[in-house]
Amino acid sequence: MTDAGMLRFHVPEPEVRPGGAPDFSNVPIPKAGSVPRPEVDVDPRTIRDLAFSIIRVLNRSGEAVGPWADSLSDEELLEGLRHMMTLRTFDARMQMAQRQGKTSFYMQHLGEEAVSCAFRKALSPGDMNFPTYRQAGLLIAGGYPMVTMMNQIYSNEADPLKGRQLPIMYSSKDHGFFSISGNLATQYIQAVGWAMASAISGDSRIAAGWIGDGSTAESDFHAALVFASTYKAPIVLNVVNNQWAISTFQGIARGGSGTFAARGLGFGIPALRVDGNDYLAVHAVAKWAVERARRNLGPTLVEYVTYRAGAHSTSDDPSAYRPKAESDAWPLGDPVIRLKNHLIQKGIWSDERHAQAEAEILDTVIAAQKEAEQHGTLHSGNKPSMRDMFEGVYEQMPPHLRRQRQQAGV
Amino acid sequence: MARKTMIEAIRDAMDVSMGRDERVVVFGEDVGFFGGVFRCTQGLQAKYGTSRCFDAPINESGIVGAAIGMAAYGLRPCVEVQFADYVYPAYDQIVSEAARLRYRSNGDFTCPLVVRMPTGGGIFGGQTHSQSPEALFTHVSGLKVVVPSNPYDAKGLLISAIEDPDPVIFLEPKRLYNGPFDGHHERPVTPWSKHELGEVADGHYTVPLGKAAIRRQGSSLTVLAYGTMVYVAEAAVEETGIDAEIIDLRTLLPLDLDTIIASVKKTGRCVVVHEATLTSGFGAELASLVQENCFYHLEAPVVRVAGWDTPYPHAQEWDYFPGPARVGRALMSTMEA
Repeated sequence: MTDAGMLRFHVPEPEVRPGGAPDFSNVPIPKAGSVPRPEVDVDPRTIRDLAFSIIRVLNRSGEAVGPWADSLSDEELLEGLRHMMTLRTFDARMQMAQRQGKTSFYMQHLGEEAVSCAFRKALSPGDMNFPTYRQAGLLIAGGYPMVTMMNQIYSNEADPLKGRQLPIMYSSKDHGFFSISGNLATQYIQAVGWAMASAISGDSRIAAGWIGDGSTAESDFHAALVFASTYKAPIVLNVVNNQWAISTFQGIARGGSGTFAARGLGFGIPALRVDGNDYLAVHAVAKWAVERARRNLGPTLVEYVTYRAGAHSTSDDPSAYRPKAESDAWPLGDPVIRLKNHLIQKGIWSDERHAQAEAEILDTVIAAQKEAEQHGTLHSGNKPSMRDMFEGVYEQMPPHLRRQRQQAGV
Repeated sequence: MARKTMIEAIRDAMDVSMGRDERVVVFGEDVGFFGGVFRCTQGLQAKYGTSRCFDAPINESGIVGAAIGMAAYGLRPCVEVQFADYVYPAYDQIVSEAARLRYRSNGDFTCPLVVRMPTGGGIFGGQTHSQSPEALFTHVSGLKVVVPSNPYDAKGLLISAIEDPDPVIFLEPKRLYNGPFDGHHERPVTPWSKHELGEVADGHYTVPLGKAAIRRQGSSLTVLAYGTMVYVAEAAVEETGIDAEIIDLRTLLPLDLDTIIASVKKTGRCVVVHEATLTSGFGAELASLVQENCFYHLEAPVVRVAGWDTPYPHAQEWDYFPGPARVGRALMSTMEA
């Protein structure tokens, strides 16, 4: 018998806090190309180790290697780079617009651009994403107009959501982008329900759920996994592990589980971990998971290992809880630079063309911004009317709302 | 045309709706093969197949959350929460998601969803099988809240709810499932087969949401009630001999304010009755509305009779339940005021 002594309470702590030297030596990074690519109809029980590894395609020399390479043509890769660069520029301009008081709030994707941009290219028209607030790449890569995104961010007269939603809580059914809630994890089980509905209807469309590492602790994450598992829903369950849930490191949500992907194993859901900063790897894994869903093989859980290089939002200051240089020390690098280097290595891109593309993209984003600002910004110019505020609560306005609208004088 | 219990009427509503519209799907805990713990979905799986009526894992947030996704897809889910007391894990999905989806997406996505649940006490169900949480839903913009009091209405209102383009919370007073319980727990309940409101038309018909029914015409006092309390009020009126008008609200949101105002202006007195706890209950909203709209016609203060502000007890069920004696005393004191 052991001497148990007093019970000790355990609270996980990150390796390093501000002032310390960044240390990611605890994050094992497998070599690019080293993880096998099973057939999509593989028995999930035989690929459990994929939940503990990291699928990577781009190596340090910028070469695409291994069984997960070659899912994209040169044109598609160039387009992917442009999408990520556009998202990054869009973010920088909107971040600045928030600082200039043109809107109340903004959330950028810095360091995570590959995840949503590459995933979008693995979907087909009609498929539906249930995103969180950090997947605007789904819209950019899906061809949604930037001006419309900005109109929403500015809550101006042309805002398709009539000023009812916080900035960046976009909605576009036509672009396969479900209305963002702002509450965490609620959309994950809804995505499963949408996928179940598609199967009930004998449709061919699939759903993609999105969640962050921190929100996997929510009950709705577990609800989604049990429903997806029980009904073999045609869905890709994405977990974006960007290491930080505002100020809380991922260990608080993960607990004793080795990885977030491993959460899927207890539900019998095949789970893969992928290098989230590797555009090619993200696309290849997404394509694999989408095909499984489309072929009635059921759900797949995918954990994207990435790093939130920026603040959580414009209301956050990461220097208060993590070393400033931590982002530079992140071992999986920067997704834009990695794809750029790959394209240069392939001989289809150059530093000069990259600089030129950066300038062109900036011009395009600024032009969109000017156009959006002609419709107003949060505190100046035209905005949705007070009458709009009362519309759309129900399809038909009930008497009590009509009375209140009259009281309000509109 | 046949006499049906409220359970049969509710089942009939789902049956008719599923038969008419293949987008209607029904699921929940024990709902599929077994047909629900109250048997409201009995036979639906056999008739429509497992993809239209099926069992769900015990996860209310999952049931409602999945239903929201289905509604956004274009189906018309009608889900069962086994007891209203178990709805709280789904509250976030109902309040933050179902209720706001149309508004926040400016109609890009909508949520035609019905969440059915047995409500109220009187069955010795203790704290976890007796609650009446309607006010938690009437407080939420974007929801509709329905409480039927008889088989005919239950069927017509449920069909309306399933056909409604917005989310509807459908609270079924479980003490009324088999007969019009009037609060006299020591007496046997008349079965619906012997009550005229047990007469349920075959096939498709609707009772519109947002319309109250006057159950008893009267001139001296207005009783506002819904669900089980309609029959408790009827018993109290009969026993006190007061010529009261009894309004069965049927839908709490949207509320049929015109019917309420017309009645109270006529009678000059108003008693509000519900089984749910008093404080911040729906009765507070009703009393406020009556005061705001009928103040100069009132001859007595508006009185509320409700469940005490305690958790629903087990052994003391009939001390807790606002039965005909308590309602009768409120009617008398309002007449004397």
